[in-house]
Amino acid sequence: MDRAEVDSRIRALIEPFNKKNLEIADGTTFAGDLEFDSLTVMDFVAAIEDEFDIIISMNQQAEIENYGELVSAVCGLVEK
Amino acid sequence: MSEGVIQSDQPAVRDAAGEDLFSKFDGIIRTREDLLAGGVEDPFNLVMEQVLSPTRAICNGRDTILLGTYNYMGMTFDPDVIAAGQKALAEFGSGTTGSRVLNGTYQGHREVEEALREFYGMDHAMVFSTGYQANLGIISTIAGKGDYVVLDIDSHASIWDGCSLGNAEIVPFKHNDIDAMEKRLRRIPDGAGKLVVLEGVYSMLGDVAPLREMVAVAKAHGAMVLVDEAHSMGFIGPNGRGVAEDQGAIEDVDFIIGTFSKSVGTVGGFCVSNHPKFEILRLVCRPYVFTASLPPSVVATAATSIRKLMSGGEKRARLWENSKRLHGGLKGLGFTLGTDVPQSAIVAVIMPDLERGAAMWEALLREGLYVNLARPPATPANMTLLRCSLCAEHSEEEVGTILGMFERAGKTVGII
Repeated sequence: MDRAEVDSRIRALIEPFNKKNLEIADGTTFAGDLEFDSLTVMDFVAAIEDEFDIIISMNQQAEIENYGELVSAVCGLVEK
Repeated sequence: MSEGVIQSDQPAVRDAAGEDLFSKFDGIIRTREDLLAGGVEDPFNLVMEQVLSPTRAICNGRDTILLGTYNYMGMTFDPDVIAAGQKALAEFGSGTTGSRVLNGTYQGHREVEEALREFYGMDHAMVFSTGYQANLGIISTIAGKGDYVVLDIDSHASIWDGCSLGNAEIVPFKHNDIDAMEKRLRRIPDGAGKLVVLEGVYSMLGDVAPLREMVAVAKAHGAMVLVDEAHSMGFIGPNGRGVAEDQGAIEDVDFIIGTFSKSVGTVGGFCVSNHPKFEILRLVCRPYVFTASLPPSVVATAATSIRKLMSGGEKRARLWENSKRLHGGLKGLGFTLGTDVPQSAIVAVIMPDLERGAAMWEALLREGLYVNLARPPATPANMTLLRCSLCAEHSEEEVGTILGMFERAGKTVGII
């Protein structure tokens, strides 16, 4: 699965969580720009995990601050 | 719940003037000041000047019924328990001044571990200085680098902190969701060690976990299972061993974590297990090794209390009666509760918001009733809760009085 496909699938998943209808760029941050609280993070992460059949542990989540980092992390996990 | 997960979002830009390490607390300082500015008594600064019984105290100068102490079995004033503590205090002194592995293991520590082994019918018992340290120590020690801890998102802070202290990969799943847990277990790479961490009763809403199903799924995926039974010991299950026993799953549970600070009526924590190598934990578990052991009087009261809980059938029946009566009464008055039916000795009353929750808490205190005010981030789904925990020693009349207090306070604050 290439980065473009991962990107487009995550873009579709993020929509219901993007309450402010922000334009999502690689630099868009989850806590700051999208204002995700811990409950939203849990639901959003679960949606991605189910879509790609992967685990994003909390240790990995702690390293992910913006959209681009999330796409990279998922690409890495899907490859494994 | 998720005290240990991600904290609420902080503003990215801060005023540079007067900024130091404490600036990160400005948000919570403001929330607290706003709350108290409304003239509410501080819900987190209550003082009990006198404690009259397991169910009564003088709080902030008022004679108060206690309905938020986790003193489920009312053992704190049991004459045998007190006598055992006094005897140990006189014979062994006020404290051990030592770690369990050095000079801090007295006869009493051995005796309370013996009482726990008998109570749970398990081969091993290890006593910690608090329940918090038991979770902290066991989880951080047995799940190491490369292992996975799969846990309920509503787990207690001590479980989250045990995860933070260790080096394992941490994977939470939606509260009590068997399917979500199964999916995460299935995705763990082959060969990795797996620990599933569950609770019998979740203390915020007082709801019980479907342990029979969850433990079976965990075992099918080759995971070890740890269950925290802090809020069920003494009154759930045929022998009071907890929810796992009640649901017939205890044989497949590898570790049970518990506390002396609820039904047992003193302070301390423990882990019981049948694992053949369990005893090695006494040498490798840092929150066990690098802290002072419990005072002799505490372990003596705990051992006496645990042995009395083995035959506490009558008290258990009274506690369940009280829980059902309070739950049914509050529901009848029109309050929204954490569970549809009473599942434990915790009855959580859901408040519309923090402001009215705090007002209700204060109105109840003025009526002469103490309950716990629980607020985000300690609560699931950012709810504000008035948490009631019953005691076997609450009389039928007291439960009636409590319902009257809730009715008046609820109408004053405009919640019902």
